[in-house]
Amino acid sequence: MKKPFDLHADYQPEDFEFNKKFKKPVKEAIERYPAGRQQSAVMPLLDLAQRQVAVEGAAANPLYGGWIPRAAMDHIAEILDMQKVKVYEVVSFYSMYNTAPVGKYLIQFCSTTPCWLRGSDAIIKAVIEHLGVGVGETTNDGKFTLMEVECLGACVNAPMVQINDDYYEDLTPDNMREVLNSLAEDLKPTIGSQTGRSASMPCSGPTCLEKQAKKAKVV
Amino acid sequence: MLSDKDRIFTNLYGWESFSLKAAQKRGDWDNTKAILKKGREGIIEEMKASGLRGRGGAGFPTGLKWSFMPKKGDGRPHYLVINADESEPGTCKDRDILRNDPHKLIEGALIAGFAMGAHCAYIYVRGEFYNESSNLWKAIHEAYDAGLLGKNAAGSGWDFDIIVHRGAGAYICGEETALIESIEGKKGQPRNKPPFPAMAGLYSCPTTVNNVETIAVVPTILRRGGAWFAGLGNDEKNAGTKLFCISGHVENPCNVEEEMGIPLRDLIEKHAGGVRGGWDNLLAIIPGGSSTPMLAKDVCDSVRMDFDSLREVGTGLGTAGVIVMDKSTDIIEAIARLSHFYMHESCGQCTPCREGTGWIYRIMKRMVAGNASVDEIDQLFEITKEIEGKTICALGDAAAWPVQGLIKNFRHEMEHRILKYRKNAA
Repeated sequence: MKKPFDLHADYQPEDFEFNKKFKKPVKEAIERYPAGRQQSAVMPLLDLAQRQVAVEGAAANPLYGGWIPRAAMDHIAEILDMQKVKVYEVVSFYSMYNTAPVGKYLIQFCSTTPCWLRGSDAIIKAVIEHLGVGVGETTNDGKFTLMEVECLGACVNAPMVQINDDYYEDLTPDNMREVLNSLAEDLKPTIGSQTGRSASMPCSGPTCLEKQAKKAKVV
Repeated sequence: MLSDKDRIFTNLYGWESFSLKAAQKRGDWDNTKAILKKGREGIIEEMKASGLRGRGGAGFPTGLKWSFMPKKGDGRPHYLVINADESEPGTCKDRDILRNDPHKLIEGALIAGFAMGAHCAYIYVRGEFYNESSNLWKAIHEAYDAGLLGKNAAGSGWDFDIIVHRGAGAYICGEETALIESIEGKKGQPRNKPPFPAMAGLYSCPTTVNNVETIAVVPTILRRGGAWFAGLGNDEKNAGTKLFCISGHVENPCNVEEEMGIPLRDLIEKHAGGVRGGWDNLLAIIPGGSSTPMLAKDVCDSVRMDFDSLREVGTGLGTAGVIVMDKSTDIIEAIARLSHFYMHESCGQCTPCREGTGWIYRIMKRMVAGNASVDEIDQLFEITKEIEGKTICALGDAAAWPVQGLIKNFRHEMEHRILKYRKNAA
């Protein structure tokens, strides 16, 4: 689970502060936890910092998505009255905190056994060919970063990928490419199942909840 | 087979809205006050009578677990923590509750919290479930606005708050003490027990950690009675209904609520359209999420899906994440990928797990190619035995068991692969 990151890299900005839009959720996050237990808010604050960076972009790397600069970690340490190293520890422990710039769309593909059994190899091959980048790389235009992750917990809708906050499920190489084409134009592709089934029901139709199915017109 | 009238999760597939109004039409939040009137003891006794066992994997009796919380306060607050860090490969049932039926969970949290003297619950949702936690937040806000949470929740006289805490991508946080560490704003590394969370958990206060499905079935059990729930299933120790996730080589992978103890073959054939290419094309099944040892086809023919039936055949119900593999599967690679998973997710605290999961994966990788010696199969088994039971938490065991299951059932396949590799090399 170790994840090396470079606190002195060129891309690290000098300063970070939560902007006006993010100050309110920061305050709310801290208030959710008991007095004196403000350290509990470190995870929500890191998430908010990553989201703010994604929204603001940066001069050095115009198309980048969400990541957490060192200055943001230091700022959060100050807000929560924590040692800086305790914040760095949390950032390096959890896989969702990006510690270096990533593309606007972060593609995290699952290749754990349930996805692999349903053909995740073909999906990843299609993505690599379509984007022309390898795993861990970002496209030249800064739009897409490709990352391999462990089980994302949508196993009955395998194979699947997560792109930023959204899951794309029941993938084939063709519908995967369609999703990527939509995102390349900053359109919003349908999230969830790409074959149109509702959530986790069997793709051939429901095998239970007869009355509800009729009402919902899924049979 | 479960009939529709006995199903708890009637909006499992999200055909209707998850909103409060729709949930109330489905029967949620119906006179919750009357349920709380039974009192702490009354609720716990009813839960004991229902025979409900924890749905997160370990299967500990829920009513008994709640009864461990101190009866008399010493000034420290009590906490209910709900484990929604669903990350066990093969498992995606809690996700459906969070996104499609969150009010079952919220109402259950109020009842469970009351029964253990807690005024506050934290729900720890895995970070990747962003849209699911958004639905849950919306539902919680609705409940506050309707007076079902907050001061005098649901008119019961009991104050109750719920807070959602999002994780950030760490399987280990599904372990209850790692989860508590994570809520406290630290790395998610498991704690030594004792002290158990019921004595000193979150912020060193009495805490009970329950799985999402466990809490979400509570309101229905208390409405329909413990005896109703206990009457479903295989026997009194394996009672009620259960959400199953059927993934892998089946015609129609799906989640479904079924009766505890349903024969594995019926589960797959009735709901998942059967094994791809027919039942005889089956190679093996992992019955309860990646940590549970696999079953060869002959066992799958007749085994029932419940805690004790699966324990008898050397595996477990776990989370009921059923991973089906047909005869086209490279079974060694299927398990090697799980070994990679455990190596990646080891928190690094205990040496046998931190080092051992890496050893296992590197040997498994060579076993996939056949680039190994036959002796190394025994060595691999030996390493798993040096991890199993020698770590603070069960992740070490979970890394060991799938490999042990492979060696037990498919040693011949591993040997065959090695001989083939040598032949090609020669």
